[in-house]
Amino acid sequence: MDLTKLTLKEAVEFSKENGVQPILDAFQKRAGLLNSRINAFLRCDSLLEKMSIPGTSALLAGVPISIKDNICIEGREVTCASKIMTKHVPPYDATVIEKLKSAGATIFHQCNMDEFALGSSCETSAFGACRNPWDFNCVPGGSSGGSAAAVAADMTVAAIGSDSGGSIRQPAALCGVVGVKPTYGRVSRYGLIAFGSSFDQIGPITKTVEDAAILMNVISGHDPKDSTSAPDDVPDFTQSLKRQVKGLRIGLPTEYFIEGIDPEVEKAVRQAGEIYKRLGAEIKIISLPHTEYSVAVYYIVAVAEASSNLGRFDGVEYGLRVPSKDLREMYFETRNQGFGQEAKRRILLGTFVLSAGYYDAFYLKGQKVRTLIRQDFEKAFKEVDVILSPTSPTPAFKIGERTEDPIAMYLSDIFTIPANLAGIPAMSVPCGFTAGGLPIGLQLMARPFDEATLFRAAYTFEQETGVYKKKPKLD
Amino acid sequence: MNVDIDKIAQLARIHLTLEEKPGLEKDLEAILGYISKLDRLDTEKITPTSHVLNLENVCRKDTPGLSDAAEKAIEHAPCAEGRFFKVPKIVQRD
Repeated sequence: MDLTKLTLKEAVEFSKENGVQPILDAFQKRAGLLNSRINAFLRCDSLLEKMSIPGTSALLAGVPISIKDNICIEGREVTCASKIMTKHVPPYDATVIEKLKSAGATIFHQCNMDEFALGSSCETSAFGACRNPWDFNCVPGGSSGGSAAAVAADMTVAAIGSDSGGSIRQPAALCGVVGVKPTYGRVSRYGLIAFGSSFDQIGPITKTVEDAAILMNVISGHDPKDSTSAPDDVPDFTQSLKRQVKGLRIGLPTEYFIEGIDPEVEKAVRQAGEIYKRLGAEIKIISLPHTEYSVAVYYIVAVAEASSNLGRFDGVEYGLRVPSKDLREMYFETRNQGFGQEAKRRILLGTFVLSAGYYDAFYLKGQKVRTLIRQDFEKAFKEVDVILSPTSPTPAFKIGERTEDPIAMYLSDIFTIPANLAGIPAMSVPCGFTAGGLPIGLQLMARPFDEATLFRAAYTFEQETGVYKKKPKLD
Repeated sequence: MNVDIDKIAQLARIHLTLEEKPGLEKDLEAILGYISKLDRLDTEKITPTSHVLNLENVCRKDTPGLSDAAEKAIEHAPCAEGRFFKVPKIVQRD
């Protein structure tokens, strides 16, 4: 039996019966074989010895979970895939890491990403691009590209990512795996290195919907250390894993089926709508009229937050310091040498929209249109329970294809950004393949704190179609 | 829209190399051009959203606890002396 093919659920069962060591050995071997080609894990050759292997009696029974490299793990270097974080070792665990450890997970490797999560392709990593396991010439999506690629390539059982504008869902779609962006506030952000504080949310990337529900049970919940953490009760998400969509009202937003969307993607998602209909769901055509403004709002507000959050990297307290004759020079030169082009681009843009004379025209305007986008969803959710759309307008694109054109790259996230603007939960589920064999993902969105309905809708589709069973050929 | 890249870089505390300036300036102008589509919307009477959760005055109990985070942070600082981060001179003498 190839243990790397196991789902999280199966790996836990195996481990409880046979111990976790065979699983860890299998994944370590496969990661070692594949990582030089995929580059999903950073610092892959270091540390099995550094991993403390928990007992197998706990919920997750010691199975390996990989972590996007913008989440702090005590005593382990964290880089955000940036040179400016050089040799930074966090003195504490992020709350999600604490929760995973106490649930008995083995923290297994840290995943490649776009620098500071600023990107949609994993190409802005200072440690080299990550590649899509389905086609090495293509990007895995981003920014949690390493997390999605590692899960798709069976280099780990499951992974944790972060999503500010689609950074979990878009790579999940492009790599053919499941990715969940929970409601803003559902999962603690304590120990997540911030990019856009009013958007960032941590979530799971997994092989199946069931695995995602299991991990959501572990990582969700109020945290006094995160003042934006929601006090709402957390249901047992595995209770939602039922094949039952009869009477469920599913909305198809007209604004998500626009010119420029890949015809194969559109076809696969429309077919998913037909499948839901056949299973008894009610399909309604709805309108989210301000969708076309989402990317513009995001590239004002999120970028303003990013420029402010990245202000702390100045060479004083952690990471890179470029020795200079005076303090001012040290700030300027450390930030010049430490940040890559996309990070600089967004810091400059964010600085501009917050600067005197432009604040009202850009930042305030952006926040107001954000309200309009939220209101679109509030209205829509009076008529429907779930919104169905493509996750990404295209399947995985070629490495290098969009790096010279920032706007083309930003538009990769046109369908995922609205959920972050509104703070609602959303997930991507594999729904088919292009003729060229690249995965296609569908996106489901729901009301705030109603991940349970997302899981039910996603599980029903997944079990009905079995799309997730197909794996990339890597051996 | 024209942007003064040198001024923004000053505000952002980043040196830009001569080679990267024209490209970044062009990108910023293109992005701001794209963003200007928001001008089509009348938002006069709309309340801005700064945050999606309606939480107010979030406080936790101020309970003292043990932590060695400060010592550990100093251990990995780029330059430290004792309990302090060390930086180059701030005020230069002529």
